[in-house]
Amino acid sequence: MIFLRYLGSSSLEVLQALGKLAFFVFSVFPALPYSVWRFRLLLKQIYFTGVLSLPIILTAGLFVGMVLGLQGHNILTSFNAEEAVGTMTALSLIRELGPVVAALLFAGRAGSALTAEVGLMKSTEQLSALEMMAVDPMKFVVAPRLLACIITLPMLAMIFIAMGIFGGYLVAVGWLGLDEGAFWAHMNDQVDWHEDVINGLIKAIAFAVLIAIISLYQGYESVPTSEGVSRATTRTVVHASLGVLGLDFILTALMFT
Amino acid sequence: MPTDCLIEIQNLTFYRGERKIFDDLSLTIPRGQVTAIMGPSGTGKTTLLKLIAGQLKPHAGRILVEGQDVHQLSRTALYQLRQRMGMLFQTGALLTDLTVFENVAFPLREHFKLAEPLLRTLVLMKLEAVGLRGAFDLMPAELSGGMARRVALARASVLDPKMVFYDEPFVGQDPITMGVLVDLIRKLNTSLDLSSILVSHDVNEVLSIADFACVLSEGKIVAQGTAQDLLNSDSEYVRQFIQGLPDGPVPLHYPVKPWADEWSTP
Repeated sequence: MIFLRYLGSSSLEVLQALGKLAFFVFSVFPALPYSVWRFRLLLKQIYFTGVLSLPIILTAGLFVGMVLGLQGHNILTSFNAEEAVGTMTALSLIRELGPVVAALLFAGRAGSALTAEVGLMKSTEQLSALEMMAVDPMKFVVAPRLLACIITLPMLAMIFIAMGIFGGYLVAVGWLGLDEGAFWAHMNDQVDWHEDVINGLIKAIAFAVLIAIISLYQGYESVPTSEGVSRATTRTVVHASLGVLGLDFILTALMFT
Repeated sequence: MPTDCLIEIQNLTFYRGERKIFDDLSLTIPRGQVTAIMGPSGTGKTTLLKLIAGQLKPHAGRILVEGQDVHQLSRTALYQLRQRMGMLFQTGALLTDLTVFENVAFPLREHFKLAEPLLRTLVLMKLEAVGLRGAFDLMPAELSGGMARRVALARASVLDPKMVFYDEPFVGQDPITMGVLVDLIRKLNTSLDLSSILVSHDVNEVLSIADFACVLSEGKIVAQGTAQDLLNSDSEYVRQFIQGLPDGPVPLHYPVKPWADEWSTP
């Protein structure tokens, strides 16, 4: 009986949270056009979410590409197909690793920062103060941050991919002595603009929306105490990371089957 | 509604979870005066301000501000009404990424397209009124608690509101800052022809400036009238609250089992 009661109350809680999330999403999307007009505000958020994420994206991209180059070379040599290292590195990065790893890093760096910032704005009554000054926090706080994420994550994913390919090139060509012409020519032949690059970009945009919505919702609905904001930040990283991996499977199934 | 009535609260009932905060509460707040709402911590004073400002919805009853039912207004109409309200939050609630000047200029920039020299003059005048014109380029993190509240007061009055709500303006302030704030609230009310609604439990400071005061307890108004009426009240509860007696109708102890039961239970 207690189990049934627990099941009922937790299901109701989940449904209530989903309802709140849906309401949040429906309130924020109509506010998006306003953030285009608040260009300075948008620019500031692009700096915070995008430019400040660059070091981690550049470094991670380089190392992921180097590992791919090394592993690819080791495996493909057994099949006498080491010229395909460039293709393998590029396709893995463009189709999967670029958008997914960039999104996971973005969720950890920018997503958690967004939750903490909005959560603290709530706990210090700044959101209430905006409401009292007849300024909609959805337009002033949430929408510019969402739009900034949608603009920056695809760019960061592309930068991650470029750095990864460069890392693969350094290892395969610079260190292991693969022919440079073969590395680039195979890549040019096999990577398709629409099938691979555009689909990778679509994934990055979808991940950006997901991460931004989760981070901003968690901050906006956080319990306004230090413990509440800390829990909300943790939830953002966990939910956004799992959400990215789950959504990646769905998008891959839709795009490549 | 009489013309001298600014806010009318009718049969208000409000719950937080299972706990009843207001129980069929009715109150009339007059126009053009300093009204104080007092009561011990946890009686829902701040909640009452949020209900009046339309940030919370009551479970029953209604609140009329300037004759309009706040909770029946559309979002646009509510925002128009809020432009005629100012609120001083307990923490000041300044936007932490803007300077003092930009914080005060913020409502003006959001609602009006003013020429920069005019906006600058208006903001500096408001800062001058709270004695902080010289601090216009400081960041909120560089201000003391009292200064932050004075900046917040300048911001709350920058749109020339008709009513200003003060949420515990004296909490944690030193005697000098407290005196400055008391003086400012009174002067602003008179010079800007405002109606001020003050929520506080600092009895002496509040009663020194309030034209009308009421005391909240257990979701109801237990006493109301002028400062003198409250000081002369024969209600035990009001006497305990005003004189700060440790025990009385408001018990010192949280509800507890008798000592005998404490030892007998395993």
